[in-house]
Amino acid sequence: MLKDRDYSKWQLWSLVILRVAIGWHFLYEGIVKLLNPNWSSLGYLMDSKGLFEGMFHSIAGNAALLNVMDFMNMWGLILIGAGLIVGLFSRLASIAGIVLLAFYYLSHPAIIGVNFAMPTEGSYLWVNKNLIELLTLWVIVLFPTSKTIGMDRFLFNKK
Amino acid sequence: MTAMNDKDKNASGSKMNRRDVLKGLATVPVLGAMAYGTWRKTRQDHIRSHKLAKELNMSAEEKEYTPFKHDGDTIKIGIIGYGIRGTQLMKAAGFAPPQTIQGWKEDGARDSRNKRYSDFLEQDDLNIRVTGVCDLFDVHAGNAMAAAANIGREGAGGQMGPAPKRYRTYQEMLASDEIDAVIIAAPDHWHAQMTIDAAKAGKHVYAEKGFTLTMDETYAVRDAVKASGISYQLGHQGRQTESYLKAKEAIDKKLIGKINLIEVCTNRNSANGAWVYDIHPDANPNTVDWTQFEEPCEIKHPWSPERFFRWRCWWDYGTGLSGDLLTHEFDAINQILGMGIPTSASASGGVYFWKDKQRGDYVNEIREVPDVWNAVLEYPDLDFSILYSASLASNHNRGKTIMGHDGSMELGNSLTVYADRQSTRYAEQIKSGLIDPELPIYTYIPGRKNVDSVATATEQYFAARGLLYTYRGGRRVDTTHLHVAEWIQSIREGTQPSCNINQAFEEGVAAAMGIMAQRENRTIFWDKDKEEIV
Repeated sequence: MLKDRDYSKWQLWSLVILRVAIGWHFLYEGIVKLLNPNWSSLGYLMDSKGLFEGMFHSIAGNAALLNVMDFMNMWGLILIGAGLIVGLFSRLASIAGIVLLAFYYLSHPAIIGVNFAMPTEGSYLWVNKNLIELLTLWVIVLFPTSKTIGMDRFLFNKK
Repeated sequence: MTAMNDKDKNASGSKMNRRDVLKGLATVPVLGAMAYGTWRKTRQDHIRSHKLAKELNMSAEEKEYTPFKHDGDTIKIGIIGYGIRGTQLMKAAGFAPPQTIQGWKEDGARDSRNKRYSDFLEQDDLNIRVTGVCDLFDVHAGNAMAAAANIGREGAGGQMGPAPKRYRTYQEMLASDEIDAVIIAAPDHWHAQMTIDAAKAGKHVYAEKGFTLTMDETYAVRDAVKASGISYQLGHQGRQTESYLKAKEAIDKKLIGKINLIEVCTNRNSANGAWVYDIHPDANPNTVDWTQFEEPCEIKHPWSPERFFRWRCWWDYGTGLSGDLLTHEFDAINQILGMGIPTSASASGGVYFWKDKQRGDYVNEIREVPDVWNAVLEYPDLDFSILYSASLASNHNRGKTIMGHDGSMELGNSLTVYADRQSTRYAEQIKSGLIDPELPIYTYIPGRKNVDSVATATEQYFAARGLLYTYRGGRRVDTTHLHVAEWIQSIREGTQPSCNINQAFEEGVAAAMGIMAQRENRTIFWDKDKEEIV
């Protein structure tokens, strides 16, 4: 795997900006949910379609499980977002982000023949923005920057 | 050239230098930017929402929900009619046959989204017993008895309580001391006589709509119920819909200004929805008391399983779209506006789709009652019209809309208010940008933790598609259950429930005017002082 020090200056800062931008998206999604006392993933889960529809519907149907999911989703988004922005436990945050995005993609897959109540701002076939963000996070895993620009520098570079 | 040669520096000493700290914390200021942005956005939303809320003056809190009380003496209930609606009412009261519950249980085990079984178990115990059943068809009577005895609410093999008594006539049931109150789910042509007889016998009544079959009967039923002092509830479970309470508040606070037109509708598109129900294979003159069924009819008909099961399709027994479905809409609007009986009614329609034997799956007779039907109710004293349109052969729903000069209101399980572009009241706010006529100025979604002026677009989407349920005190509930529960509580407390005899009379007269208007092909006028058709 490439090490941070192998990047050119342009490469390094482009990757850092990408990491921070994705972190920003995660963190703000989390904060919005935190600030809205009415937020719940119920509607989103009920709107699920495709192969895993049943699984998401049964989560929605179980009040206790739904609460756990809401909590994990909200704080997951916040911690992943903050982690990516400041570059702390960045690798862990990226992988957790991939898992979260995989759930979003599987619950609302851009497959032929399904329509969602949830409005989208674009047109998608198989590939949607969740999938692109997921793949981008994978790039972040393979091209880490946090040990150079980020708080992981303090944790992992010590002798 | 590589950007990084820090490793060498780190290797030379474990102490962090200034360069290390700067690089390690380089992206932290981004958090500050986010905090600032979030603060700005939240503040702006808050100011807009606060200004709008102040302008609209709608109460922010959800109405405190007081659960119905079920303590005190056990009330003994008799069920008259255990057809489709009778079965639903018994279920709402807490009783279903073991085989039905077994079916729900198995459906629930197969598909976790199927909540019929758990919803039924979670339904409040109303502290009642069904001590008598009366149905003219032996199979239905047997099912009703099984449901009544199933006090454990269990499926196959569950513990059963004592069997209720089956009465061959409702008169015998009313004469019994073992009955305190009756649920009337018999066909419309029996509603008036049964209610009058029950009132005279001092038995409380929950009766299905339509109120009565004819205009003349409306007076007789009202007088009998009022004279008796029984607790009477007409079966418009929409009374329990929480959003209607908020709608009333919004109207009272003049959110939509002077109301001038109300549009309501019904849409269905199946044989079942058009009342062409299945005919039970075991029904025959030996298992059905046809003579008793036909008793109120002026002209007697020979045994007809079609008429027995699909009675809603003939004027001898049913009230058509007017009594069956206009009444639900009328009662919803009457609950909000309290407009009462219209000054005039005109109506028209016809059998336009379910008109031949093949399509309608008719056996001998084609229906009389229209499958497409429209009515206009006029309220010149209040300066508005109510427009009702219904099709039993299209699912295109137009919802309930109340239109005013300053805005319009869309009503369902949720409630949405829009400002009108040409509104006088909101002219300045629209100009200043505080109000966008394209976006709701007020949204109410039951089950949300609290009420806000502006709900998110996503929430509105889900609510409009029925993905959010009607809640009471945080629990998903069936409105029919609440309507029965309210009636039971009113019996215990000696009060009148929400859809009481006065409300029922208004509904009944309006429905009868609609039927007369169409069948006599003329506008029907109501004299409100003399309380009669002129």
